[in-house]
Amino acid sequence: MELHKLRRVYIEFAEIVFRDGFLDNQYTQLQQLQDESEPKFVLQVGTLFLEDSEKLLNELRSILDQQDVDFEKLDAFVRKLTGSSASIGAKRVKDVCMTFHDCCKKGSKEGCRKCLQQLAAEYRLVKRKLETLFKLETQILAAGGSVPLLSQ
Amino acid sequence: MSSPRGGDKERGRDGERQIHVLAVDDSPVDRAVIAKLLRSSKYRVTAVDSVKKALELLGTEPNVNMIITDYSMPEMTGYELLKRVKESPTLREIPVVIMSSENDPDKINRCLEEGAEDFLLKPVRPSDVSRLCGRMRS
Repeated sequence: MELHKLRRVYIEFAEIVFRDGFLDNQYTQLQQLQDESEPKFVLQVGTLFLEDSEKLLNELRSILDQQDVDFEKLDAFVRKLTGSSASIGAKRVKDVCMTFHDCCKKGSKEGCRKCLQQLAAEYRLVKRKLETLFKLETQILAAGGSVPLLSQ
Repeated sequence: MSSPRGGDKERGRDGERQIHVLAVDDSPVDRAVIAKLLRSSKYRVTAVDSVKKALELLGTEPNVNMIITDYSMPEMTGYELLKRVKESPTLREIPVVIMSSENDPDKINRCLEEGAEDFLLKPVRPSDVSRLCGRMRS
């Protein structure tokens, strides 16, 4: 696909991603940090986020599988995911984390289970969006272009 | 010849002395973001994933102009790092900034009372880093 079409596809896709709340302006802030010294910064941070989130979700599942749930430990992992999702701009994941945090504070096992299900679902969705964005960004750069800055 | 604690800076490419910031965060995502934010402001950055590693580094590398640390970490928290730094005669002049994703007034006040230079809510923005510029240990 030629460069200007790639850029258009990227912008149109990103507009939907932002409109639907999967990502927020924090993602744009990360794009603005990207420079010649770290030309793949957003891809690197995004990849870290996806890898780290998988680990955190596994930890959450493991804690909730216990008969006696350690809500403090659970909350500590939820806070980690809250922080990293906020740092990448994964707004919907962050929002579910906030609800999850409240359930941890209340010590509600059932509430936490529901939050985990919702969190896993939101994570899968944002993962697909991010992977598509990264693929398009890589194609744009390979075609000699620059990645358009996105905004909410 | 080294300057008093915290006063020595490595030289950047143009011969200017670079400010050295120690960033502490167990989240790889947050660590990457804060390190990039600081590097974009031309600071030299060492990023570690635990308070234990931060204290080891401070014991061997005295030339740190600021510490910026996450509050919530396993084993030792950023608050405990802050206390250790402020209790140390050799480290206490180093400004310590705390980061957290929680907007907890009690936590914030506790850190400021213990001598934290500032408390930043995550996600940390470029404007937050700009605000720290004049408060680095010279």
